[in-house]
Amino acid sequence: MKLKEFINAVNAQFLTSEIETDMEISGGYASDLLSDVMGNAHEGQIWITIMRHLNVVAVASLANIAAVIFSNKMKPDEAVIKKANEEGIILLATNMTTFEVAGRLYQLLHP
Amino acid sequence: MAEYWYFNEAFAEEASSYFLERPEPVIVMDFTIGERDFVNAGNASSQIKMALKRLGVDHDILRRIAIASYEAEINETAHARGGEITGNIYPEFVVIKFYDKGPGMKDIEQSMVPGFSTADEQVREMGFGAGLGLPNIKKNVDVLHIDSEEGGRTLLEFMIFFRKKS
Repeated sequence: MKLKEFINAVNAQFLTSEIETDMEISGGYASDLLSDVMGNAHEGQIWITIMRHLNVVAVASLANIAAVIFSNKMKPDEAVIKKANEEGIILLATNMTTFEVAGRLYQLLHP
Repeated sequence: MAEYWYFNEAFAEEASSYFLERPEPVIVMDFTIGERDFVNAGNASSQIKMALKRLGVDHDILRRIAIASYEAEINETAHARGGEITGNIYPEFVVIKFYDKGPGMKDIEQSMVPGFSTADEQVREMGFGAGLGLPNIKKNVDVLHIDSEEGGRTLLEFMIFFRKKS
């Protein structure tokens, strides 16, 4: 599944500059605990969270997460977005809840 | 003074001789970590990752190094009063040392149990403090050594080989 299909399905908005949306997505992980994400999320997955701190960018970068989506109308502040742009991390936002985003992503991956 | 050692069987022999001899590294990278500095937390790990990437270290190995290093870096800023990080790079492996300013660990074995945490509210609000840090480190490294006593400083060091387990 390509990132752009996911973006359309959850009606996501780009927070970082639009890079490459043709990239392949292998799965997803939903968690607000950073060590949980580092221990259990896999490379190339989409990370669904409401955690908006700068450390999210560090974790995504160090663990090679494909893209981060903030659910439930959550949006990080400018410093976080700036850092993500510098590190080449894709940040997305959606009005859907974590449950809904995970559900849509699951459907796309397992039609 | 309490000590904890973990060795990945596949590298145990080679690793043991390293810890007995402690040869000079080829590249040394030094960093200072501040207490509760969650803004800069991760920078040291990120720089070590970049340096190793330039040296051509395998993608999956690099990810293990980055995760273990970041967890230990967070520990220094969240649980200790800051400290130092030294990345020692060798041709075959990396040894990263985290030497904090205390207050030390009461019971290292207990801290290795997934879910055990001494994190306070501020640390938890940052998304840490799930009690998964040390288990995550152990999961990703080939050698883990912790030397700590309550009220004193803690040394945590780990070793990761650049070649895959045979």
